[in-house]
Amino acid sequence: MTTQAEMQIAPSAHAHAERKWWHYFTFCEDHKVIGLQYLVTAFFFYAIGGALATAIRTELATPASDFVTPDTYNSLLTLHGTIMIFLWIIPAGAGLANYLIPLMIGARDMAFPKMNAMAFWMVPPSGIALVLSFFLESPQAGWTSYPPLSLMTGKVGEGIWIFSLLVAGTSSILGAINFLVTILKMRVPSMTIHQMPLFCWSMLATAGLILVGTPVLAGALILLAFDLLAGTSFFNPTGGGDPIVYQHMFWFYSHPAVYIMVLPLFGAISEILPVHARKPIFGYKAIAYSSLVISFLGLIVWAHHMFTSGTPAWLRMFFMITTMIIAVPTGIKVFGWLATIWGGKISFNSAMLFAMGFIAVFVIGGITGVMLAAVPFDIHVHDTYFVVAHLHYVLFGGSVFGIYAAIYHWFPKMTGRMVNETLGQIHFVLTFIGMNLTFMPMHELGLLGMNRRIAFYDARFTTLNQVATVGAYILAVSTVPFLINAVWSWVKGAKAVDNPWNALTLEWQTSSPPAIENFEVLPVLMTGPYDYGEHHSENGALPPSAEPVLTGSSSGS
Amino acid sequence: MKIPSNILTMLAGILLTLVSIWYGKNHGLMPVQASSDAALVDGLFDTMMIISTAIFLLVWGVLIICLLKFRRQPGDETDGPAIEGNIPLEIVWTAIPVVIVLVLGVYSFDVYNSMGGFDPDAAGDPGVQVAMASEDGTAMSLMDAAPKKAHHNHMALGIGASPQNIGSPPDLTVNVLGMQYAWIYTYPDLGITTGELHVPANKNVRLNLKSQDVIHAFWLPEFRIKQDTIPGMESELRFTPTRVGDYPIVCAELCGAYHGGMASRLYVQAPEDYDKWVQEQMPAPESDSQTAADLEKLMAAPTGEKRSDADYLVPVAHQMGLDAQTLDHLHHTMPMPSDALKQVSANLATPAA
Repeated sequence: MTTQAEMQIAPSAHAHAERKWWHYFTFCEDHKVIGLQYLVTAFFFYAIGGALATAIRTELATPASDFVTPDTYNSLLTLHGTIMIFLWIIPAGAGLANYLIPLMIGARDMAFPKMNAMAFWMVPPSGIALVLSFFLESPQAGWTSYPPLSLMTGKVGEGIWIFSLLVAGTSSILGAINFLVTILKMRVPSMTIHQMPLFCWSMLATAGLILVGTPVLAGALILLAFDLLAGTSFFNPTGGGDPIVYQHMFWFYSHPAVYIMVLPLFGAISEILPVHARKPIFGYKAIAYSSLVISFLGLIVWAHHMFTSGTPAWLRMFFMITTMIIAVPTGIKVFGWLATIWGGKISFNSAMLFAMGFIAVFVIGGITGVMLAAVPFDIHVHDTYFVVAHLHYVLFGGSVFGIYAAIYHWFPKMTGRMVNETLGQIHFVLTFIGMNLTFMPMHELGLLGMNRRIAFYDARFTTLNQVATVGAYILAVSTVPFLINAVWSWVKGAKAVDNPWNALTLEWQTSSPPAIENFEVLPVLMTGPYDYGEHHSENGALPPSAEPVLTGSSSGS
Repeated sequence: MKIPSNILTMLAGILLTLVSIWYGKNHGLMPVQASSDAALVDGLFDTMMIISTAIFLLVWGVLIICLLKFRRQPGDETDGPAIEGNIPLEIVWTAIPVVIVLVLGVYSFDVYNSMGGFDPDAAGDPGVQVAMASEDGTAMSLMDAAPKKAHHNHMALGIGASPQNIGSPPDLTVNVLGMQYAWIYTYPDLGITTGELHVPANKNVRLNLKSQDVIHAFWLPEFRIKQDTIPGMESELRFTPTRVGDYPIVCAELCGAYHGGMASRLYVQAPEDYDKWVQEQMPAPESDSQTAADLEKLMAAPTGEKRSDADYLVPVAHQMGLDAQTLDHLHHTMPMPSDALKQVSANLATPAA
């Protein structure tokens, strides 16, 4: 800790070194390098997961099983789910956290830089093993991998799946320890916990969930591996095991995983909205503490995934109530965000469009979430396309929109370049239309009687499925303008000033991109993180370079 | 932030309420109601749709107004008003969701109770155990872990008798066995084993659900009920069909490659039609030992090993006395018969099998 203390005082000798491109391919301990490593790696796996999704939707364009075999179809859906969750959304959240937390709290790095690099370098092997399993013998039991099915679909594929998740889970735990200690111990002395940016609050809540939940998943996976490879019968009913115990252990992690995936983006949205609406966040403490409440409640709702499974009536009722109550802290956030932008002076740039788009689509996922909590209704729609629609509104509408918003917002800081607004807005429009076209019809499909995870379906569901498939193709196309924008702007974009959005949080008070140890002189807090409209005289005139970034008119959708 | 209170806002509020109520009652998203349970669930769903539509319109309305009204003017570098919160407003938008979820919770509880979710002891009902005894000799021995649950479980898994039926036995009991990739229905009192479920209208029916291999889920979309069938556990669904017709039976839990094809039909028939069907189905006396031998052969292969779907299905089909034609009929909802199914049909067609 002495070295940490010294680092707090002055930048070390490394601070004046220069960051070379090849550092990004090494075991580098700089949190900013690690953050970008996470984000780029995660996006790489997102592209793979997206390709799998496109294949799934292509298969479902017709009622017959004609594009891939039913076995391959199950591999596609298994890998799609696993990759999107464990190799895209969770690592992307970790990437943002790695990049932003030290900058936001005025630290020079994370608390445990070596462990941080180790956590990142676990992700690529885990992901590559999982992707390669597709060509060997791919897992086919869904991302939930319920026994006994998961014990019967092939040892090799399932074994790789378990191994990959254990490695990814370990990475997640190491990251969480880092976030927690960094946030609690390494803030600049002038920053009290109630002056901390809301992104840090949401990462505090996320890290807690990871640390409580992930070890339980690891336990379930290790026992499953014993059943699979050593012939034990923890979960295998033919030997007297109980498959329901696996479901409990799995969902004890995997429901909180939803919050692990969405809380970091709740935090990001809370950062982005005030900056581009030029208003303070509405109800700072309510939004900060609602993250902690969501985190706590998130731990006691897992059995709502098991309302039609081996759960007695009293258990179903208990988990119904806890699940519904989560709507309250989530509602506090959504209403707080709406009140934040209400009456503001909003710049409709790409970051803001995605942030507002996030609210628009996430609220649909939130509403269907409350519906699904109601046991009698859930009994009808459990394991149907209604659930598929709900979870994609939460994880695509929530997490992915949030990640895009965050990338557009912090791109100037991360790369020192501005994004191209026109491409960004095209990206938003395509994503928004594609997303709703893909997932909205699935609500109706599920209610009418279409079960999920099927390679062929009743012909009466054809039309709605074809709408969804068209939407999925639009989504696939929507990543093209983003990719072009990100790569081109990173290399050739207009140079960004240190604080292009005229924001108040600390990451904007250093150079773009920040120097190796972030701050020449550790900053002293002059304002709260969201004191817009309050400190005109103290802040003085705007920097001359702070030109309006919004060019042209934003799209109206 | 001003809480708008002018007439325009009030009109917008009234309009929002009316639209929400209208849509909640007229969404047309649910399939037909084939039982009284379905009407209860739909009532709950309609209520949730009304509330949901209102919240959706409110949130999207605010976003659209922001999009249109609160744009930053070019050249305007000043900040918006420094409003950091409003405690009464925050209390209101915390309290309203609390009330909504409590009401929905109580409503759901009531619906679940009316459907029969709280039927105690249903799984341990001794009368039913006796009725199942003849079946037990063959089917129960398949599952090592099966008997334990009948004694330990004092709360029905699934939907039991509705409050007014508690204590009274169902009019008809059918044992349902899920396997990759078919449902097998056995009528213990009638000695019928079949691949499609026939029940008389307006009679209380109880399905005892079991699984032979992996977890399946027995779903009747038009009845709004579903329950997983879990190997080594018993579960049940009890309902009263009120509408004559035929309805899909769907497996809702991923159970393997041909999960999508694991479907059959439920025929709700007028009592006289149902009796006619029963007469047709009454089987010729079959050697029990032959059946048992078939099933033992089926179970002999270790579970961990990968078996082709045909390996599974041929002996079972044979045991049930199904021929290739029946099997096609059984799976007529499948858009494209699987290779495995074709193989089973082919094997059954050749007498050598």
